[in-house]
Amino acid sequence: MDFVAILSIFVMACFVGYYVVWSVTPALHTPLMAVTNAISSVIIVGALIAGAAAGSAGSKWLGLLAVVLASVNIFGGFAVTQRMLAMYKKKDRPAAASKH
Amino acid sequence: MEQVAGNPWAALAYLIAGMCFILALRGLSSPVSSQRGNRFGMIGMTIAVVTTLVTHVPAADGGGLNSATIAELLAAIGIGAAIGIVTARRIAMTAMPQLVAAFHSLVGLAAVLVAAAAFLNPLAFGIADRVIPMIGQPFAVIHTVSRIEMGLGVAIGAITFSGSVIAFLKLNGNMGGKPILLPGRHLINLGVLAAILVLIVAFTQDQSAWIFWTITILSFAIGFLLIVPIGGADMPVVVSMLNSYSGWAAAAMGFTLHNSAMIITGALVGSSGAILSYIMCRAMNRSFVSVIAGGFGAESGGGGDGVKVDRPWKRGSAEDAAFLMSQAEQVIIVPGYGMAVAQAQHVLREMADKLKAHGVRVKYAIHPVAGRMPGHMNVLLAEANVPYDEVFELEDINSEFAQTDVAFVIGANDVTNPAAKTDRSSPIYGMPVLDVEKAKTVLFIKRSMGGVGYAGVDNDVFYRDNTMMLLADAKKMVEEIVKSLD
Repeated sequence: MDFVAILSIFVMACFVGYYVVWSVTPALHTPLMAVTNAISSVIIVGALIAGAAAGSAGSKWLGLLAVVLASVNIFGGFAVTQRMLAMYKKKDRPAAASKH
Repeated sequence: MEQVAGNPWAALAYLIAGMCFILALRGLSSPVSSQRGNRFGMIGMTIAVVTTLVTHVPAADGGGLNSATIAELLAAIGIGAAIGIVTARRIAMTAMPQLVAAFHSLVGLAAVLVAAAAFLNPLAFGIADRVIPMIGQPFAVIHTVSRIEMGLGVAIGAITFSGSVIAFLKLNGNMGGKPILLPGRHLINLGVLAAILVLIVAFTQDQSAWIFWTITILSFAIGFLLIVPIGGADMPVVVSMLNSYSGWAAAAMGFTLHNSAMIITGALVGSSGAILSYIMCRAMNRSFVSVIAGGFGAESGGGGDGVKVDRPWKRGSAEDAAFLMSQAEQVIIVPGYGMAVAQAQHVLREMADKLKAHGVRVKYAIHPVAGRMPGHMNVLLAEANVPYDEVFELEDINSEFAQTDVAFVIGANDVTNPAAKTDRSSPIYGMPVLDVEKAKTVLFIKRSMGGVGYAGVDNDVFYRDNTMMLLADAKKMVEEIVKSLD
């Protein structure tokens, strides 16, 4: 891919991001931050490339360390988002109704 | 070595991963679809990781699967997964802002490490155009465009890391929430930023290690310098801003690696953080620049103290509050950061249940900057099993205060201050506020009459005829009210 093709993807994705994020309900802004955190750890792709490659020991170890850090974020981010989202309940759900 | 760009199937898989991430955010438009959205995010991440493993793990010497390398990578993922999952399970919901800041710092550091790895082994990343044979190790010359992208990636990553560490320390209480102001800090900051940009330009001409590492070190420094002067109450903006940076860092690395999943994600996260910062700034009626410049709330507690002690105010007891609310037709609860500090959300819901049993309609009003991160109050109320359709945003509920019998303010202060509407000299003038004073009665829980909110201004609501101050710890007071409601 040449630079302009990549730039086009980037610019389009910025527009998509703009409209998608404005449609997120304010009540879910904390889960939004947690999940964006998890997905920005897609940087693990670069870490895996470095960790898998031969040729430079230094590069390999930096890569492996980055894999660990990004994995903390991926698993932690998705798990904590899941935990938060599971708490959002509507009025007529049994959990709330049983209190009356 | 196979390149990402060279394999159309890999490129397609990364594109699908990127689409999954878009759907993950799309799901958050409603609590109903949000969990499905989160699953899309996990699927996208799995696709991205598996694709990378399949295309980038080199074959073993004799051909076939290179099990040693795969084992190393999976072990690294396993260690991270264990730490991440345990943390996510154990963390208290009130500590969510710290956790998010800590996670941001990890993304930033990972970006720095990946950029450094790419700098040390450019051939593995397919970003070198030629190799100059040299005695000892051959020297791979990195593309000029890739050098700019790497320079930006490492700089943004390092800023995200050190900035998030400071934000974490402030949110976690290891470091005072008050802004720390260095003399001449604006000049220092601008100087460091200019130096980073100059070095990135120099890096395109001269691929020297010292330039790369100086960019990294200066960026660590600027992240630190930028966040240290920002006060605790501006943290919602800071956390959102760092969220945005972590996205741009991922995008910059995506440019380096020609990877569409990283670019799409980076753009999504970058715009998400930017929009959240904008929403937070608007909710405080402050410009982004003034938040970043820092120092807000530095002079708090100064001028106003002498004047306000003299003004008469009414004090109420838990029994008074319980009586007033049980007789009401509608009660609107206004929670703030103080509720989070006191961990009062569960007992608050208990109080609301008791009131509902008395036939009272209970609603919650959330100001966008209540708490220490966007949506902080909503999560805490959800944790306490408050149905989300009883929780309203400022613009949806503000007109209802005039027809409400009791406004119950717990742990909020500045977001209810009418001076924001009337007093042009007030530092919070123009900030949208909840019109609690329009309710027939305002019950205001506060620790003592001495303290002021983060903006350092006195709140006129305390002294109004229709206000009753409930001076106590928020949790204890609500517990007593619950007892009185029996």
